[in-house]
Amino acid sequence: MSATATAPVAKKPTVTILAALAKAYQDIFSEDPKAITLGEDLADPEGGGIAKITKGLSTKFGDERVRSTPISEQAIMGAAIGASLAGYRPIAEIMLMNFTTVAMDMIVNHAAKLRFMSGGQTSVPIVIRTMTGLGFGSGGQHCDYLEAWFAHTPGIKVCAASTPEDAYGLLRAAYEDPDPVILIENLPTYFAPMSFELPDAGHRVPLGKAAIQREGTDVTVVTYARMAVNARAAADALAGEGISVEVVDLRTIAPWDRETVLASARKTGRVLVAHEAVKQHGVGAEIAAVINEELFGQLKKPVKRVGGAFSAVPYSKPLENAYAPDADVLASAIRDLLR
Amino acid sequence: MPSNAIDNATLLSIYKRAALIKANDERARKVILSGQIAMVYYSYRGQEIIPSVMGEILRDDDTLCTIYRGIHDMIGKGFPLRELWAELAGRRTGSCKGKGGPMHLTYPPRGIMVTTGIVGSSAPIANGLAWAARLDQSDRVSICTFGDGASNIGAIHEAMNLASVWKLPTIFVCQNNLFAEHTTFEKMTAGGNIAGRAAGYAMPGVRVNGNDPAEMYLAFSEAVARARAGEGPTLLECMTFRFFGHTFGDDDSYMPKEQKSAAMAADPVPALRARLIADRIATEDELASFEAEIEAQIDDAVAFALESPWPEPDDLRFDVFEKEIAA
Ligand SMILES: Cc1ncc(C[n+]2csc(CCOP(=O)(O)OP(=O)(O)O)c2C)c(N)n1
Repeated sequence: MSATATAPVAKKPTVTILAALAKAYQDIFSEDPKAITLGEDLADPEGGGIAKITKGLSTKFGDERVRSTPISEQAIMGAAIGASLAGYRPIAEIMLMNFTTVAMDMIVNHAAKLRFMSGGQTSVPIVIRTMTGLGFGSGGQHCDYLEAWFAHTPGIKVCAASTPEDAYGLLRAAYEDPDPVILIENLPTYFAPMSFELPDAGHRVPLGKAAIQREGTDVTVVTYARMAVNARAAADALAGEGISVEVVDLRTIAPWDRETVLASARKTGRVLVAHEAVKQHGVGAEIAAVINEELFGQLKKPVKRVGGAFSAVPYSKPLENAYAPDADVLASAIRDLLR
Repeated sequence: MPSNAIDNATLLSIYKRAALIKANDERARKVILSGQIAMVYYSYRGQEIIPSVMGEILRDDDTLCTIYRGIHDMIGKGFPLRELWAELAGRRTGSCKGKGGPMHLTYPPRGIMVTTGIVGSSAPIANGLAWAARLDQSDRVSICTFGDGASNIGAIHEAMNLASVWKLPTIFVCQNNLFAEHTTFEKMTAGGNIAGRAAGYAMPGVRVNGNDPAEMYLAFSEAVARARAGEGPTLLECMTFRFFGHTFGDDDSYMPKEQKSAAMAADPVPALRARLIADRIATEDELASFEAEIEAQIDDAVAFALESPWPEPDDLRFDVFEKEIAA
């Protein structure tokens, strides 16, 4: 549950997703000598990463375990895979999600498949951290949500957090998972104070478990990442209109929590699936299809989907604003479901 | 290269590995033709000396990332024949339970960590194994093998640069068999050689006759010694020739007949055999009885494979993740 849900008016939140991720790194590296990490610019001589999540890490844990790399995404992923085959627990940072496209062979053909193709003799317990998201006016190659590409790949798990607690707990759980996990981080919401305290070292968010971030009875919104932030805002706004919205943040996009989603859909009978990624052929299609398969006849309305436009992410501000749903668009989609 | 660069016992041992590797290829082609096993098969016939030398020098804990044309590398590294053949046959007793097949053979107990069907992808992963060796403060080395065609794909270059700037114990073993699928080496590879590219990555690059045991032995030992001593990676370009087409069954009409027959006439395995006898390192009888033993081992492995059970459809739910996935 998001801490924003219960925020007393007087006190302002201070904890960001960024700070939670930074703490997760510190805690992981303090606890496990098998933890290693690599990526562009992430050691201290290079500034501790573009978002400074790994700041201080190489100084504290040494530059053999915390390595800046050349701009070579295939080499980064390959090194992570190889080290994991030999018993290490690499966290590989691919700076921005669009840059995973030049490492797809390593991720899809190797990280995701080696366990199966070796008949379980080898495994690839790596975490791939990558940042993305609309809002910086960076245009078509720096902010795509490509989660569907990975969700479509057997052998890799896909996660995204929308609160500092979940960011911390997912990174820790992903790190401990015996299989490869890609953690998609929303860069524009990194810096927004959302919580009051940093999670403690024992906090975990089990993979495959959704969170009900707002309880409601009229409409279920199934979502994740930035769109969960928007959905919470929409739910709060609609509460004023007497509309009760249940916000289900998947947190793990693949394999997703069918039980929680179906239970909520059964309860409300109306489902909106929302993501920032292009709507067509997106994760929302899979979720809508499963709800349909399981609950045909029990729904009050067909499952509705909203998502990014079928275009490259545009540069110009009005276009960028129109590209993916904000809280207002979600609110009107929710109202539509109640018509 | 002086032919006495390696001692007699080593030379004999290299021959024994090469003979096994050669016999295994001959059997594979026979078994495919007989219809007993249907598989995509990339014959390595003609390239046996390279992995025989590597196998001679490497330890079990040294790791190997190889490619679809890699069964020679793996036998050189000690892949057990039963598990190998059962995997080729797609049986549950195969090393990968029939889930990997000829292009994804894996056998970690002998350091055989990855076999990839993607050209060039052995190299980036080998770097990770090399990094792990150093983190372990072990002197084990990490080998990746690939072909001449692979020297033109980006992954290899990213990997060579990273290995060099991180000074990793990675050894890049390019087996230049002069063809990439149906395309000749000269036509698609700028610069006339691959070893020269190492200079751009500030690592030693050595072109050797991969069919010459002594030359191969010296170059590979030096690369291994460098890597074990923490002095960084080496690129070896091992010149060789692939006797048959890219995949077994292609008509290899793109290979000039004279080139092919000249290479086959210089077949490195019988040449080594003849030398062992001429130099009185082994007798005809000794070698013949060893070769008969090999055939018996392969007989046993093939029989084991063919008698083994097929996987069950339900096996698809296992090994995708550590935990089984829902039906
Ligand atoms: C990335 C990629 N592109 C294309 C192919 C198809 N392919 C398989 S083997 C091969 C030729 C590779 O030649 P080389 O690297 O010289 O190795 P050799 O097969 O001669 O051992 C090609 C193009 C592939 N497997 N992977």
